[in-house]
Amino acid sequence: MTTAPANYTRALDLVTRVRGVRGAMLVSADDGIIVAEQLMEGIKGPAVAALAASLATRLRRAMEAAGVGASLFWHLQAEQGALLVVPTAGGTLVVAVAEPDVNVGLVRLELLRAGEVVG
Amino acid sequence: MTTRAVENWTLEPLVKFVKEASARLVLVMTSAGQVLAQHGFSRAVDVMSAAALGAAIVASTDEIARQMGQPPFAALNHQGERHGIFLAAVATGRGRLVALVVYDLEVSSLGLVQLFFEQLAADLQAASPKDSVPKQVLAADFERELSASLNTLFGR
Repeated sequence: MTTAPANYTRALDLVTRVRGVRGAMLVSADDGIIVAEQLMEGIKGPAVAALAASLATRLRRAMEAAGVGASLFWHLQAEQGALLVVPTAGGTLVVAVAEPDVNVGLVRLELLRAGEVVG
Repeated sequence: MTTRAVENWTLEPLVKFVKEASARLVLVMTSAGQVLAQHGFSRAVDVMSAAALGAAIVASTDEIARQMGQPPFAALNHQGERHGIFLAAVATGRGRLVALVVYDLEVSSLGLVQLFFEQLAADLQAASPKDSVPKQVLAADFERELSASLNTLFGR
């Protein structure tokens, strides 16, 4: 069994310490594979990672087509929760799965910080 | 792109998998390389080559695992510049089957293929004939069987 590098753990800690966050992951944007994770039980990590990466690819193309540059942050709100994602320059997605009433501004701030840590 | 099956129970799971994983080419075959279903191939010669190579790769990795004292590897992925190749085995009532998946990196990913392959494996297990004895293809019948399969796979 391998352990995630210390900076990955630190990046995930930044996100999961926010009240209402049920889990955080670092996902390879190209592969849709989990690089590191801290998830509560019941969250299907590999499925979220694969589908979030697929969505990120399509969003990136849409942003490029619209001529508005690269995506910096996206937030999908659902009835029973939310998915918040920050793509990093190095090709990693910092993903948070959160409760519906989470403080989105705070999660966004911590995702961006985590993105800086991961690089 | 068409999806065709020699054994009809494989068709629905394969169609679903291709749609969800956005796979470009798929072969479902026995571990001996006998093709049960295919998606996306337009030439019989390509199916024959891919099936033979896929079955050989699985046999080679099985042997490596055996020599290492390990159970067979669950899956193998090769990522190229534009395409990825995913090869994995699944136990069914029809025996051990092998799926060879070629995916375009622009429209799919290893994560998606892995995710929906789990569903394909479950669907194939559920749909497979439960008490069938795998049909032996004798050398004498091999060419006739192969021609019949290819005719079905390419709608001839």
